[in-house]
Amino acid sequence: MAKKQIHLAAHFPGVNNTTVWSDPQAGSQTDFSSFVHFAQTAERGLFDFLFLAEGLRLREHQGRIHDLDVVGRPDTLTVLNAIAAVTTRLGLGGTINTTFNEPYELARQFASLDHLSGGRAAWNLVTSSDAFTGENFRRGGFLAPEQRYDRAQEILDAARRLWLSDRSPVEHRGEQFSFSGRFTLPPTPQGHPVLIQSGDSDAGREFGAKTADAIFSRHGSLEAGQAFYADLKGRMPRYGRRPSDISILPATTFALGDSEAEAQENGHRIRTAQVSPQTAIAFLEQVWGRDLSGYDPDGPLPDVDPDPGAEITRGRVRHEKDPVAVANSWRELAEAKGGLSIRELIIETTARQSFVGTPRQVARQMDDYVQGDASDGFILVPHLVPGGLDEFVEKVIPELQDLGSYRTSYTGPTLRDHLGLARPELAREAPPVTG
Amino acid sequence: MAYLAVEVSGAGRHPGAWRRSDFPGPDVLLTPGYHTGLAQTAARAGVDFLALSDTFAAPGAVLPTPGLPTLGLPTLDAVAIAARVAPVVPEIGLVPTVTVTHTEPFHVSKAIATLDLVSSGRAGWEVAVSRTAAEAELFGRKPAAPTADLWREAAEAVEVVVGLWDSWEDDAVIRDAATGRFVDREKLHYIDFTGEFFSVKGPSITPRSPQAHPLVVIREEPDSLPVIAEWADVVRIAVPDLAAAHNARAWIRAAVDAAGRDPDAVAVLLDVETLIGADAAHRLDDLGPLDPSSVRVVDTADVLVDLVETAVRDGAVDGVTLVPLALPSGLTVIADEVTPRLAARGLLNPRRGTLRDRFGLTRPANFFSATTIDGV
Repeated sequence: MAKKQIHLAAHFPGVNNTTVWSDPQAGSQTDFSSFVHFAQTAERGLFDFLFLAEGLRLREHQGRIHDLDVVGRPDTLTVLNAIAAVTTRLGLGGTINTTFNEPYELARQFASLDHLSGGRAAWNLVTSSDAFTGENFRRGGFLAPEQRYDRAQEILDAARRLWLSDRSPVEHRGEQFSFSGRFTLPPTPQGHPVLIQSGDSDAGREFGAKTADAIFSRHGSLEAGQAFYADLKGRMPRYGRRPSDISILPATTFALGDSEAEAQENGHRIRTAQVSPQTAIAFLEQVWGRDLSGYDPDGPLPDVDPDPGAEITRGRVRHEKDPVAVANSWRELAEAKGGLSIRELIIETTARQSFVGTPRQVARQMDDYVQGDASDGFILVPHLVPGGLDEFVEKVIPELQDLGSYRTSYTGPTLRDHLGLARPELAREAPPVTG
Repeated sequence: MAYLAVEVSGAGRHPGAWRRSDFPGPDVLLTPGYHTGLAQTAARAGVDFLALSDTFAAPGAVLPTPGLPTLGLPTLDAVAIAARVAPVVPEIGLVPTVTVTHTEPFHVSKAIATLDLVSSGRAGWEVAVSRTAAEAELFGRKPAAPTADLWREAAEAVEVVVGLWDSWEDDAVIRDAATGRFVDREKLHYIDFTGEFFSVKGPSITPRSPQAHPLVVIREEPDSLPVIAEWADVVRIAVPDLAAAHNARAWIRAAVDAAGRDPDAVAVLLDVETLIGADAAHRLDDLGPLDPSSVRVVDTADVLVDLVETAVRDGAVDGVTLVPLALPSGLTVIADEVTPRLAARGLLNPRRGTLRDRFGLTRPANFFSATTIDGV
C-alpha cells in the first residue's frame, strides 16, 4: 500500500511575533516582491497552498499601539488575486473574519478569487466577538462569545448556497442576517473554495468536523497530535464524512543545520532574535498585567505578583492561565536553571522549533509524525520574510520525496486536487418531498 | 493632449454584444485570460487607465434586460480582476468601481491601497453608490435610500478611506534594533472619524501605498457633485453632445473651486460610446436598438479622433472615456486604429509613471504629518 502523503502549507511570515525583522536578511512584509518570492518558492516546493493571516485592528499594549513586532499587512483577498498572476498551481488561502463582513460580498469575493486563479482559493473562517476591532467598522462588531459558531455556521451556509445556486434565487432568513437575490457567478472551478477551520474548543472541533476541508491545529508532541487527530476524525462520521475529507495541519516551525549541533545552535539563535530585550519585558507584562518597564531584561524576575484582573494587551489572543500560577512556575524555572534573567527565561519558555535537525532528520521527524497519525501534514511558519522557505524547499523537500511521502509533481490544477478532495455539492438542500 | 480611459464591462456596453459570433461566450468572462487580454490591448494602445465597472447585482440578473441572457452575464469582483491583471500587465492604470453603500470603508481603503501596492502605483478607485432595492436586499441591512442620502453617506465613506490611506506616515516603519521598535507609533494615527452614518477608529492595517492616494474617480450624476468637489481627481460625465459637456465641465470646475481646490487638478472626461469601422452602423443594427447613454460614435476611427480633438481643443473636456459597445473587438480597434491616429496628432498623454503622474498630480503630503508641522 502506498505511503500516506504529507500535505504542506506555507504561512507567509508577516504580522506575527515569531517573525524576526531585525535579521539582516529580513525584507519587507508588504512589498509585493516579497509575496512573489515566497509564493514561487512554495510552488517550487510543490506546497498545497500559501496562507495569509489577518488582523483588522493594530494590536495595543498598555493602551498604545504595540511597536515591537512586525506591523502592517495588505488586504488579504487583493494580494491573493495578485499572487494568482505569478503562480500557476499553488493554492491561495487566507483568513477572512465573518464578524466584519456580509455573506453576499464575501461569497462573491471568494468566488472571484477561485475563478481568477483557476480553482485555487481557500478561506479560513474566523469569527471574533471583539468590540475593540469592531471600532473600525460601521456595523460595530460585538458578538456574544457563545454566538461565534452560530454566526460562522450561518455565514457558511449562506455562502455555500450562493456559490452552488448556479444563479437561481436565494433567500436567507436567519438570526444573524437576512438577504435575498441572485448571485452573479456560477459555481467556481472547485465548486466552491476550500474551507479551513482553526478552533480548538469543543465547539470549534465540532464545527470543523462538520464543515472544514482543512484544519489548522497547534503543534504538540506525537501523543498530543494523535489525540487531537483521533478526536477530530472521530467526530466526522456523524456528519456523513470520511476521515480523508479533512487534512489536519498543525502550525509548525523548524530550524535546520548541516549537523544536529548546528541546527540546535540555529534554533537558539532564532529564538533569541525573536525575543528582544524589549519584547521580553512586553511578554512579562502580559502575564503580570502591569507596567514593568522599569525592570532590567537582563536582571531577575519581578518580586511583585501579577495583577490577576488586568488586561494589558488588546488585539491578540490573551493568556488564559492563572497569571499568579504562571509567575510562580516561571520563578521556579528561573531558579532551577541557575538564575535565569527575564530575557533568558522568556526565551526558555517560548516554544522550541517543532523540528530541529539536519534536512534528513527533519524530514524523518515530519514523516514519523504524519505516518503516526498525529497529522496529515503541516502548515509551516518560517521566521523570515521573504526567504524563510528557501532552505526548506531546497533541502527538506527532496528528503521527503526520497521517503516516498511527498509528491514529485502536482497531479491536478486545483487546490481540491492537491488535498485529494471531492468537488462539493449541495447534497442536503433538496426541497422536502411533499404529497 | 487628451486623457484617455477605456471602460470595460462584460462583453461591452451593449447588452446584446455577448451574442456576436466573434464573442467566445459568457463563460469567457470568468477566465483571467479574457481580462488580462483586455488590459494588454489597452496598455498597447497607450490608454491612461482601464475603468473596471462593477455592481453587486449583475445587469439583467435582477430584472430581465432585453438582449441579455436570462441570468445576466456573470460578473467578477472588479478589485479582484484589477489585482489579477496588475502584476502581468505593466504601465496601465487600473480603476475598479467599488461601491460604498453596503460595504465597509475600512475594507475598501485597504483593498485599493493593496491594489496600489501590487501595481506599483497604478491604482485608482471609482466611487459609486448602490441605488437599487435589489442590491439592498442582497445585504438585508437597510432599505434602498434616495440618492441624496446615498451620496451624503458616500462623502463620509470617501473621507474615511482617504483618512485611512494617511493613517500611516511614510516613514512609520523604522526597524530600530537599538530600541527594539519595528514601528514608530507616533507616526501611526487614529482617524477617529464620527459622522452621520458611521464611525471608524483606525489606523489602517495597511501602510501608506506607493501613490499615497490612489486616483479618485467619480461620475457626475444626480447628487454626486458635492463629493466630486471635495474628493475627485477625475470626473466622468455622460452627456449627449459637446455643448452639454462644456457646460458640465464649467459647473464641475466651479464646484471644485468653491470647495477650495484647484480646478486644474481635476480632469473631466467625457464618456464616448464606440463602435468603430466602415461597417459600424450595420453592426449596430445586428446588435439591436439601444439608446445612447452619452455621446456615441458609430463610425470610422477618423470620425472618433476628430471628435476627441475637437472636444479637448475647444475646452469642452480634458479627455474621454471610451466605452466600447462590444468587446474585445471594440478595444482591439482602439489600439489598432484610434490611438495611432491620436498619437499622430499629438493627442496622446506623453506622461508615464504612476497613475497620479499620468494626470500630473503630485504625491500628496500626509494629512497627519502636515498637521503636525502646522502645529509646531
